[in-house]
Amino acid sequence: MKKIEAIIKPFKLEDVKEALVEAGIEGMTISEVKGYGRQQGHSELYRGAEYVIEFIPKVKIEIVVSSQEFADVAINAIKEAAMTGKIGDGKIFVSDIESVVRIRTGEEDQEAL
Amino acid sequence: MLDNPSYIIDTFFAIFAMVLIIFMVPGFAMLEAGLVRTKNVTSVLTVNVMIYAVASLSFMLIGYEYAFGSWDHQEGISKYAFFMFQMAFVGKVVNIMSGGVSERSRILPLALFTIAVGAFIYPTIVNITWGANFLAGTQFDISGMADLAGSTVIHSTGGWALLAAILIMGSRKGRYKKSGAVQVIPASNIPLVTLGAFLLWIGWFGFNGGSVGAISSKENADAVALTIMNTNTAGLAGAIVGWLLTYFTYRKFDITMILNGALGGLVAVTAGPDQYDIYTPILIGAIGGALVVFFVPLFDKLKMDDPVGALSVHLVNGIWGTLAVGIFVDDVSILTQLKGIAVVGAIVFPISFVIIYIINKLFTLRAGDEEQQEGIDYTECGMEAYPEFKRSI
Repeated sequence: MKKIEAIIKPFKLEDVKEALVEAGIEGMTISEVKGYGRQQGHSELYRGAEYVIEFIPKVKIEIVVSSQEFADVAINAIKEAAMTGKIGDGKIFVSDIESVVRIRTGEEDQEAL
Repeated sequence: MLDNPSYIIDTFFAIFAMVLIIFMVPGFAMLEAGLVRTKNVTSVLTVNVMIYAVASLSFMLIGYEYAFGSWDHQEGISKYAFFMFQMAFVGKVVNIMSGGVSERSRILPLALFTIAVGAFIYPTIVNITWGANFLAGTQFDISGMADLAGSTVIHSTGGWALLAAILIMGSRKGRYKKSGAVQVIPASNIPLVTLGAFLLWIGWFGFNGGSVGAISSKENADAVALTIMNTNTAGLAGAIVGWLLTYFTYRKFDITMILNGALGGLVAVTAGPDQYDIYTPILIGAIGGALVVFFVPLFDKLKMDDPVGALSVHLVNGIWGTLAVGIFVDDVSILTQLKGIAVVGAIVFPISFVIIYIINKLFTLRAGDEEQQEGIDYTECGMEAYPEFKRSI
């Protein structure tokens, strides 16, 4: 089982979600995060004083899938939907998951996905 | 037919004007709530409620008679209406001071200073300008100063008290870095700032219009209408100048400066709106707005931290507004105006300084660095203003 974490630009969330649903991924968790990579912040102005916003708002999507095949499908869906071609599009991280439990029924691992 | 028609109409007008002025209570409250950080919003609002209650009651029980000599000093309108109209101004003086030291003041010590203003400092100034005048006949008599609605009596008085407070209490923690650079602390709620500023603007129609004193003759009615019109015009000019100047200086529009510019214009016209023709307030308000855009960053350079711009809006423009009557109205001498400004400053600033210094020493008016980091809401109120919103990092 694989976990896929994707950091994307916030306005791309709808597009990515639809792409994942079309690809057959049934559930996901999102959180609002801040970060920066090569896309440095930008500066704003308040009452005559300038300040730099270093951390840029992003959205993190987390999904857990049952196999490497599904993982590849998800990664491709996310890549295509989240891309704008400009700096700051984000990154995707893949890791292994040891076990999964569905709380309502107690099902484990593959049955829970 | 009505018996005593003037008495009734003028009483009604005084009460109506008073109600408009009370719009300034939520006006100041919303303006300040929007300009501070979320972690201080509840305490700022608590302070605003406290000020209205404590200042008004101090004035009713002690200050009013001290200012005017007695409750029966005039017979044109109901004495209760006259009192209410005067009382409406008192809290505003304290609001000017408290806004400028937001995010680093503790509530109970601030209440003590509120009592001092409502019962003593403000009535002293009213006494020597609009009231019983214990300086009559002396060389310090300034009752001849032209100040219809209080550019000096209200706005500068609050401004001098604020100046004393800022000097004693210093800036917010983290506001100025060691290098001298300004650490920006942005407003938490721009819609509230805007709402507050416009409520203040509406209140000004009562503030200035009501200060004419009567409406029940053709002359008075014209004076009231002219006063309100000139008041409004100055606000418009201040807003436009604030808008254009910030754009030319920074290539961006800063709504907080536009609104402060409008308020500056409104303060600047407040000394003589009944005496100007309908065009002069454009110039007066424009200069008022320009002064605000100039002084807000200047005070930051001097490390005088003022989250709401009250020093620029009320002290600087209170002085400019008082001088403006001397400049633009033939019958009024600039020297008389200057003398009035100086005497009021010489009374309010030192007395406020001493009282605030003592209150700070004995009761700790200034919230400590750790308290400021937690937020005054947490340390003094135990209550968040926006509990469902995640605190930003």
